[in-house]
Amino acid sequence: MLSAIMIISALFVVFSKNPVDSVIYLIICFIGMAGQYILLNAQFLAVVHVIVYTGAIMVLFLFVIMLLNLNKEIIVRKSKVTRISAVITGGIFFLVMVAATRQVIEIHPRYPFSGTVGLVSEVGKTLFHEFLLPFEISSVLFISAMIGAVMFGKKDEVKNFK
Amino acid sequence: MKEISSAIQLIPLEHYILLSVALFSIGLMGVLFRRNTIIILMCIELMFNSVNLLVTAFAAYHSDPSGQVFVFFIMIVAAAEVAVGLSILVMMKRNVDSVDINLLNRLKW
Amino acid sequence: MVGTIPNINLAWLVPAFPLIGFLITGLAGKRLKHNQGGIIASTMIFFSFIVSVILFFALRSSGQDSATITLFNWIVVGNMNIPFAFLIDHLSLTMMLVVTGVGSLIHVYSIGYMHDDERVNSFFAQMNLFTFSMLLLVMGANYLVLFIGWEGVGLCSYLLIGFWFKNPAFNYAARKAFIMNRIGDLGFILGIILLFFTFKSVSFSEIFAQASLMHTGGPIITLITLLLLVGAVGKSAQIPLYTWLPDAMAGPTPVSALIHAATMVTAGIYMIARSSILYNLAPITLNVITAIGLTTAIVAAIIGLRQNDIKKVLAYSTVSQLGYMFLALGLGAYSSAVFHLTTHAFFKALLFLGAGSIIHAMGGEQDIRKMGGLKKKMPITYFTFLAATLAISGIPPFSGFFSKDMILSKAFEHNIILYILALGGALLTCFYMFRLLYLVFFGVSRSLGSGVHPHESPRVMTVPLIILGVLSVFGGFLNIPSLFGGNLSFSNFLQSAVSSKVSEEISSSTEIGLIILSLVLLILVIGIAYRTYVRKAILPAEDGLPMSVWSRIITNKFYIDKTYTVVFEKPYSTISNFLFTKVETKVLNPIVDGIGEVTSRIGTLTRKLQRGNMSFYFFAMVAGILLFIVFILTI
Repeated sequence: MLSAIMIISALFVVFSKNPVDSVIYLIICFIGMAGQYILLNAQFLAVVHVIVYTGAIMVLFLFVIMLLNLNKEIIVRKSKVTRISAVITGGIFFLVMVAATRQVIEIHPRYPFSGTVGLVSEVGKTLFHEFLLPFEISSVLFISAMIGAVMFGKKDEVKNFK
Repeated sequence: MKEISSAIQLIPLEHYILLSVALFSIGLMGVLFRRNTIIILMCIELMFNSVNLLVTAFAAYHSDPSGQVFVFFIMIVAAAEVAVGLSILVMMKRNVDSVDINLLNRLKW
Repeated sequence: MVGTIPNINLAWLVPAFPLIGFLITGLAGKRLKHNQGGIIASTMIFFSFIVSVILFFALRSSGQDSATITLFNWIVVGNMNIPFAFLIDHLSLTMMLVVTGVGSLIHVYSIGYMHDDERVNSFFAQMNLFTFSMLLLVMGANYLVLFIGWEGVGLCSYLLIGFWFKNPAFNYAARKAFIMNRIGDLGFILGIILLFFTFKSVSFSEIFAQASLMHTGGPIITLITLLLLVGAVGKSAQIPLYTWLPDAMAGPTPVSALIHAATMVTAGIYMIARSSILYNLAPITLNVITAIGLTTAIVAAIIGLRQNDIKKVLAYSTVSQLGYMFLALGLGAYSSAVFHLTTHAFFKALLFLGAGSIIHAMGGEQDIRKMGGLKKKMPITYFTFLAATLAISGIPPFSGFFSKDMILSKAFEHNIILYILALGGALLTCFYMFRLLYLVFFGVSRSLGSGVHPHESPRVMTVPLIILGVLSVFGGFLNIPSLFGGNLSFSNFLQSAVSSKVSEEISSSTEIGLIILSLVLLILVIGIAYRTYVRKAILPAEDGLPMSVWSRIITNKFYIDKTYTVVFEKPYSTISNFLFTKVETKVLNPIVDGIGEVTSRIGTLTRKLQRGNMSFYFFAMVAGILLFIVFILTI
């Protein structure tokens, strides 16, 4: 059920004309995804997903769209050939991946099955034991992303590449 | 807890793989044939999410917490990438006055 | 064996010095001042000479016959193991001493002669390179190292003949020399291949050891020796490959002296002397050599009678003397041939250098009809020239007498007709040489009024002349036959290296009789020449005047040159021209251009991939990934 919602909303994301509509549909898709996470007992991830993705990133998107007044524009569709070839390509990709994953050999689980995976405490323990370094480096990543974003946003010193 | 754990294993893994692949290809189609840069960025987000789902499913099925931690990192990267991507888009709008992606074609021979 | 001879390891220095000289003058030539190139080159050769002398004494005092010095393993392919080695024995030492000794004198002479030339340092570089190749040739311990030197001297001969390359006629002469050499080289290469095939080695010691066990007259040995002979004929300008030598006079005179008198043209004789064991096994080839040598000697002498250019006369005389050496080789008297080679190097180099001195003094004039009366103006040149002329005619006690006499007596032992013909050639030699001497130095000066002021050459040129003069006079004493109380030191010296054929010794009285006969005839010939050219002052005819039939044939060198041009050269250049216009421009060029065209068209096509269109890039990325996944799956 949830999957159906997700897929349909994703299709709408792709095929809708208005950018704002696309954003709304993407939000729907993300909420569905959060539901999937909860089904998988990944509680921490679900919450983080809602906060980060739905809350921050989509808002950012909406913000930019509103800022640049993109909702008023209607972009001309591309030529039929390109569209159809794109659809076909996507379809082929889908089929290929499915065929690839059909041959998956059963992998034995690494740890004995425990239902506690996904709890915040468990995730936290792993995060700070095995993945401490990436965690710290990701803060550096954020700093560089911020600097980049600010730099791009400046009005002066922008090189005109027309 | 035991019910939850057994409930998890009700849905076989292949379904999650299928869902993830479907989402991914939908996102891919969007990237290929939409001309609005914002929509393209959104479809890229969709692709990220499909991958997240897949990894989480595997983590739950194999009881490996490092899968979920990895998803966490992917989210981090996605967030940073959206920030920078949007600022590039703003700059693009400022320069060519449109977000049509076909207007950025200076990288020719 | 090598360690017991002191200083023998210095052997590699002998060719190394000229090589260093070549590198210095060749690479840094433009920066050297005018004379420095020449001084460097000459000192290098002089060092080689000193090392050769040291080696000579070292070998002598050690009591051994030869020493092989291997530098490095050169070709090792399967069973074939050819080291780059030098063989120092009496024969190679003789040649080394001649090459470096005469060579250093000629280099010193060239400092003065080529003084005004703007490319003088390049000249000395090429001369040093030539000496290096020649030393490789005579010092090699196997046929391949010899062949390296063989090719090298051919190349340097081409370079040096065409030294003044602005004149197309000189280039033509250089090309002719090289091509004729090449024809000989082809035979030589085939000979080496056959040698390797038969003896499984190209090294002298191994081949000769195996050959001494073979029977005489076998077909393979005859074939090998004939092929090697073809190479020698090309290199040493015998019939039929001799026409390049007179044309090679287009090069500067020191070149003619060094290459075409003393060293390169003697390479063939050295090679045959070195392979004496092989040649003794093939009597047919020896007869062929005798025939070739005798014919060449006589024909060249006849042509020389009517030449009017100093250098051409000397060139034909060189061909003739080489014929004598071949005659000696054919009779099995290898050491006599080498002895004549040595004395010939002395007096022929002297003659050429003297001619160079005259040409230098006359401001470039080479026609003897325009000279005369130079005796008083250039005394040193005159005296040395006179000494050389006496030597070449075989007047005792000059060096040429001893060597020629040995050859003549060996000819007499063999066959009296050979002796008569050889004697006739000697008389002709005497006649045309004295003709040259009289026309140039005696009589009234015919060059007055043409603006030349003949003067004696500078000391740097006359000192080598004097040294060579001394050698020409006294060099014969190296090999005094037992008749006069000597003990054939030279021949005995070479005995260890070449195996001369033992033949019936003629009695002393016969020998004395022969000597007296030849002496009388020679003096008669000198008298005739004197009368013709000095008393009666008959000048050679100017060009274009009608001559008798014989004169015309001789003056045109028996039309051999023209025959070669018509028979070989014209068809060849026609074919070459045809191939050029039809094949090269119409077929080959389009193919080569076409390949380039195709490549650039493909490039244009693939360029369209980089359209700059983002969507296209996405598309390509996805397609690539798809292909990759499919690829992985199907593996």
